[in-house]
Amino acid sequence: MPTSKSEPGAGRGGVYDLAVIGAGPAGLAAADAAAGLGLRVALVDAGSRLGGQYYRHPAPELGAARPEKLHHGWAVFARLRDRLAAAPLVDHLAGHHVWAAEAGLPGDDAAPWRLHATRGPGAGDRATVLARAVLLATGAYERHLPFPGWTLPGVVTAGGAQAMLKSGLVLPGHRIVVSGSGPLLLAAASSLVSAGAKVPAIVEATSYLGYARGLPVLAGNPAKLAEGASHGAVLLRRGVRLRRGSAVVEAHGTDRVTAVTVARLDARWKPVPGTERRIECDALAIGHGLVPQIELAVELGAETVTGPDGAAALKVDAQQRTSVPGLWAAGETCGVGGADLALAEGVLAAHAVAGRPAPARELATRRRRRSFAALMAAAHAPGPDWTGWVTDDTDVCRCEEVPAGEIRAAVTELGAGDARTVKLLTRAGMGWCQGRMCGPAVACLSGGGTGRPDSRPLSCPVPLAQLAAPREE
Amino acid sequence: MDPLDLVGAEPGPARTILFDGRPVPALPGQTLAAALWADGVLAWRTTRSGGRPRGAFCGIGQCFDCLATVNGRPNQRLCLLPAEHGDTVTTQEGHGHADLEV
Repeated sequence: MPTSKSEPGAGRGGVYDLAVIGAGPAGLAAADAAAGLGLRVALVDAGSRLGGQYYRHPAPELGAARPEKLHHGWAVFARLRDRLAAAPLVDHLAGHHVWAAEAGLPGDDAAPWRLHATRGPGAGDRATVLARAVLLATGAYERHLPFPGWTLPGVVTAGGAQAMLKSGLVLPGHRIVVSGSGPLLLAAASSLVSAGAKVPAIVEATSYLGYARGLPVLAGNPAKLAEGASHGAVLLRRGVRLRRGSAVVEAHGTDRVTAVTVARLDARWKPVPGTERRIECDALAIGHGLVPQIELAVELGAETVTGPDGAAALKVDAQQRTSVPGLWAAGETCGVGGADLALAEGVLAAHAVAGRPAPARELATRRRRRSFAALMAAAHAPGPDWTGWVTDDTDVCRCEEVPAGEIRAAVTELGAGDARTVKLLTRAGMGWCQGRMCGPAVACLSGGGTGRPDSRPLSCPVPLAQLAAPREE
Repeated sequence: MDPLDLVGAEPGPARTILFDGRPVPALPGQTLAAALWADGVLAWRTTRSGGRPRGAFCGIGQCFDCLATVNGRPNQRLCLLPAEHGDTVTTQEGHGHADLEV
């Protein structure tokens, strides 16, 4: 599909029936379904290629003959991509990072939604997309819990290792420990070993016993079990060991990671003294699940719900409507639950926007997968005592280099009781990433406030020249 | 097995970028961060207060740890920038604007 087939205000742009923000599973399915129902759609995405993070794949210049080797469900993506390429009603606006959304009046052409996007660093790299309805399909980013040494080069996120592998066909090292919690660890480790890395251990903080409480839910989701089993088979074949109920409590090295210390955890995730074990490695991939990326909606005042893992997600009704009129949401923005759920919710949202009845198949998928998502979030929710492995000199905020000791002092000596006060006193969360990496950890160390979504007026960095440019009419 | 074998990649000829004056190959379609990883380079920035080495962490443009100076412009996210022939990447020290200090 040609990218940026049209620019708003010129050529075909004008006011779209629906603007979909995000071209991952939820956004692709929504754009395809909406076009099939006769809506004119702008598929607005920060990336240069369709697919989002889940279907991230190499640039065509890399000439990958078998990109599906690094994916689950590649055929679904290939089908959606081909259909969208042939869809005259869909404009793919690639490389458009939406930094703010201005609410319109539902159905009112005179006052449609205005999506403000940046396309690059130049003063002229701004774009405005006009639409009668907006669907937020922006996915999620990873949650991280700090530990001594986690800022060393060679320590990367599990999703980041996968992303760099899927798009750039590269690995951060040869011997990569994978650590944290959640099903992404199995997927990441499976990709890494398939691509030639040695994975001496997957270190999973939970015992997986949490899933036992949801046997009926598991029985209703055979596809999720099959996916897990397929990763498991790859890992078993390559001799990868899964250490449950354990965590990497320290990464060693000076200029880069050279080894990690793994310790067993008790039920509250407190490291058990005397169980430490050293594992040599040249890279470490870490992650504690995903957090919905919802700042555009939060800024508009959309209501949120707190999931079993403490993360905030958008509250939607049976039609995927948020509490903001004209704003819809699908996929991980409504609570992290995987690609199948995102695909189903994208289709459901498109039907609702078009005023059509919901298809039964997607309704059933949503019901099953939402139950699974809740079970998964509860099973992998961080235990309360993980903060015990964070030493006072561990940097918690990577951007501003704020150590845990300063955050603890802000709480115990200066009386801070929440992440916001800690931020004002220490600068934790005030740097480039705006707390995306350290937010959950700072909230825990502050002793309160899980689930409250961060408010960010701009969802990504925007050059001042673009902000200052006169409004396009 | 390596990642290129796994997906049956047949890229065109490598481009050359310069990292701190040293030539590093970059396959067409790779980002600057990917080209550096492929060459075994994991760090291309030192932090503002601790002077500690950092490189790519999240790989998707969210964490800003992979900042470096590219063709003279500081604070560029290498995980997002496609590698172009002749690009010069310089390890960024501190906030990257030392040239403005008096």
